Amino acid sequence: MSDSASNDTLTSQESPSPAERATLVGGRRRMSTDRWFQRLCIATAAASVMVLVFLLASILVEGIPALTSTLVLGTPEPNPDEAGMWPAITGTLWVCSLCALISLPLGIGTAVLLEEFKPRSKFALRAYQLIQLNISNLAGVPSVVYGILGLTAFVSMFSLFDQVREPGAAAYEIGATYYDQFSNLASDPFLSMGSEEVAERYFFVPVNARTDAPTIPKPGMQALEYVDNVLVPVEVTVTDPFDAPAEPEALSYAIDINAVPGRISEKNWYYFRLPFGRGVLAGALTLMLVILPVVIISAQEALRAVPSSLRDGALGIGATPWQVVWNVTLPASIPGIMTGSILAMSRAIGETAPILIIAGIVYIRNSPHHLMDSYTVMPLQIYNWTSRPQEEFHQIAAGGIILLLAILMTFNAVAVLIRHRMHKQQV
Amino acid sequence: MSIVSRDRKVQVMNNTGEPIPSESANAAPGQKPEVALHLDNLSAWYGDFQALHSITLDIPKNQVTAFIGPSGCGKSTLLRWFNRMNDTIFSARATGTLRMGDQDLLSSRTDVVDLRRRVGIVFQKPNPFPKSIFENVAFGPRLHMKLNRSELNDLVEWALRKASVWQEVKDRLHSPAVGLSGGQQQRLCIARAIAVGPEMLLMDEPCSALDPASTLAIENLMDELRSQYTIVIVTHNMQQAARSSDRTLFFFEGRLIEAGDTELIFTKPTQKQTEDYVRGRFG
Ligand SMILES: Nc1ncnc2c1ncn2[C@@H]1O[C@H](COP(=O)(O)OP(=O)(O)OP(=O)(O)O)[C@@H](O)[C@H]1O
Ligand SMILES: [Mg+2]
Repeated sequence: MSDSASNDTLTSQESPSPAERATLVGGRRRMSTDRWFQRLCIATAAASVMVLVFLLASILVEGIPALTSTLVLGTPEPNPDEAGMWPAITGTLWVCSLCALISLPLGIGTAVLLEEFKPRSKFALRAYQLIQLNISNLAGVPSVVYGILGLTAFVSMFSLFDQVREPGAAAYEIGATYYDQFSNLASDPFLSMGSEEVAERYFFVPVNARTDAPTIPKPGMQALEYVDNVLVPVEVTVTDPFDAPAEPEALSYAIDINAVPGRISEKNWYYFRLPFGRGVLAGALTLMLVILPVVIISAQEALRAVPSSLRDGALGIGATPWQVVWNVTLPASIPGIMTGSILAMSRAIGETAPILIIAGIVYIRNSPHHLMDSYTVMPLQIYNWTSRPQEEFHQIAAGGIILLLAILMTFNAVAVLIRHRMHKQQV
Repeated sequence: MSIVSRDRKVQVMNNTGEPIPSESANAAPGQKPEVALHLDNLSAWYGDFQALHSITLDIPKNQVTAFIGPSGCGKSTLLRWFNRMNDTIFSARATGTLRMGDQDLLSSRTDVVDLRRRVGIVFQKPNPFPKSIFENVAFGPRLHMKLNRSELNDLVEWALRKASVWQEVKDRLHSPAVGLSGGQQQRLCIARAIAVGPEMLLMDEPCSALDPASTLAIENLMDELRSQYTIVIVTHNMQQAARSSDRTLFFFEGRLIEAGDTELIFTKPTQKQTEDYVRGRFG
C-alpha cells in the first residue's frame, strides 16, 4: 500500500498531471472580461429602470392634477370634469377578488395533484405529462383568445339554453323579482288627490301578482315619482284601490332609478342565472383562464422546492399523503406559492383585452351588486377615456392609471406582508 | 476471493444449518431472544437493478442492531423496507418474507400508516419541519392520538426528555426548530419519532452529520432507549457500531455476509470480507 502511494507521488513529480500542464488563462484578461460583463449588466438594468421611470414620470405629471375625489368616487360622465371611475374601481375589486377566490384554490389544487400525487401506472403518468404539456402551452396563449373562449363558455354557455328563451335572456335564474310597471297620469283618480306636484307615477306589480293588476295599487307596493325630473321611489300605502291613497312616503332605497314603464326586475345579492351572461362571474372566470396556467406552474415550482426530506420525515411518523401535503408541504411552500399568485393577480388586474370582449359595454354607471351584474374594470375605463379625442379625458385617464397602480401596489403589499408573516411563523 | 459470491453465502448458511442470526444469538443458552422482525429470503429491486439478494435474518427485540458495510451495499434499502418508506420510490419492489409478529409487512393490505407509527425512522440528515420545536414533536401525536392540551404538553416534554434535549430546548419550545444546532435537531427528530409511541426505531446514519459531542449524546441516548425499543442503526463508523450495538450485521453488494454479536464480529469475524472491512482494509 505505502509502496504504491510513494510511487504515485514520484510519477507526479516526474511528469506533471494534465491539470498542471495546462496553460492558465491570464489573470488580467479574466478580470477585464469580468469588468465588462459587470458593466453590461448595469447597463441592461439601468435601461429597464429608465423606461419605467420615464413612464411613471410622464403619467404622474399628467395624472396628478386629475386625481380628485370626483375621479375616485364619481361615475363616468360625458363631461370630463364630472367623470369618475367608482364603478370601474368596484368592478375591478369584484372581478379580481372573485377571480382570486376561484383560481387560487383551483390552481394550487392542480399543482398539488401534479407534484404530490404522481401516479404509478405508465398510462396515468402519460396522462399527467399531457396535462403538464397543456398547462405550459396555455400559459403562452394570448389573452384575447381567452376572451373569445369565455364568451362562448361562460357568457352564452355554448348557446345551450337558447332554445328555452330568446338569446341573451336568462334561461334559469334565482333571486330576481320581476315587476310590471304601470304609469298613471297625474290626473289619475287613484293617486293625484288633486296634488299638483305629482306629475306621473309608476306602479310596480310583481309579475306573479299580475292577475291582480286591476286592483292596483296595494299597500307595500312601490312607485316611482318624478321630482325635479328625477324619478324618486315612494311607497304606496293604499287600502282600497278605488279610494284615494294615503300620502305616499319616500323610500330610503331605489329599485331602479332609471325605470321606464314596462317590466323591470329587482335582483337580490344572491341573484344567479344560467347562462351567466355578461356579468362579473363570467369576467372572473375568463380572467381565471388567463392566470390559471401561471398560478399552477409557479405553485408547482414552489412545491418542488420543498426538500423531500421533509416529506419523508412526515411519512416516517405515519402521516397519510394528504396529511403530509396539508401539514408539511403546503405550509413550507406557501411563500413561494404566494409569490407566483401575486404575479398572476397583478396580471389579472391589468388585463384589458378579454374583459373588452366579455363585458362589452363600457358605459356602466353602477357598481356591481351581484355575481351576474354588468360591470366595467379600470383598464377598460382607462382605455375608453384614452380613445376619446378630448385632451381632458387623457388627463383623467392618466389619473386612472395612477389609481390602478396604487390598487396594484396595495394588493401586492398586503400579499407580501402575509407572505412575510407566514415565513416568519415557520422558519 | 475478494468478491463474495452468492454460493459462498449459501454455504455459510448450510454450515450452521440455520439462518445466520441465530448462529450467535445474544441470549442465555436454550432461550432465544424475542424476535422483532423476521426476514426470510428478502430480495429487493429498483427497477431492474437488484439491490438486495435473499436476505434471511431476525432482528431481536430490545437490542441495538447495527448494519455495516461499504457504501451502496443496500443498508438503507433494507432499513427503508422495514417501515415501507420505499413505497415512495416508484421503481422499488421486494419479494420474500418480512414479518413483524404475525403481520406480513410486504403485503399490500398492510396499514403503512400504522406501521410507520410503530416503526419510527430517523434519517441521516436532521429534517425538522419548519415549525416550532413544540410543534415538531406534537406533529405525530396530533395525527394519531386524541389528546387534550395538557396531555399533549406532557407527551412533548416526555419525548424531549427521553431524547435528552429537554434541558437545551425547554426555554424555547415555541421558537423555530431549524434554529437548533445539527445535533440538537437530530435529537429533536428522535423525540419526534418517539412521541408517537413506536416499538422500533430505525436510524440511518444518524450521526454522520454530527460532531463528536453530539454523536456521543446520541449514542448515550441509544443506550438508554434500548430497554424499551428495538433499535436498528446503519453506520459507517466502526467505533460507533462497536460501542453501541449488541449485534452487528455486515452487508456487501446487497448480500448479508455475516451476522453475530458485535464483539465477535469485531474481534473474531469468520468471513474474510468482514475482517477486511472492520479493520478498515476494504476498498
Ligand atoms: N431510488 C433509487 N433508485 C435506484 N437505485 C437506487 C435507489 N436508491 C438506492 N439505489 C441503489 O441501490 C443500491 C443500494 O443503495 P443503498 O442506499 O441502500 O446503499 P447504502 O448501503 O445505504 O449506502 P450508503 O452507505 O452510501 O448510504 C445502490 O447501488 C444504489 O445505487
Ligand atoms: Mg444509506
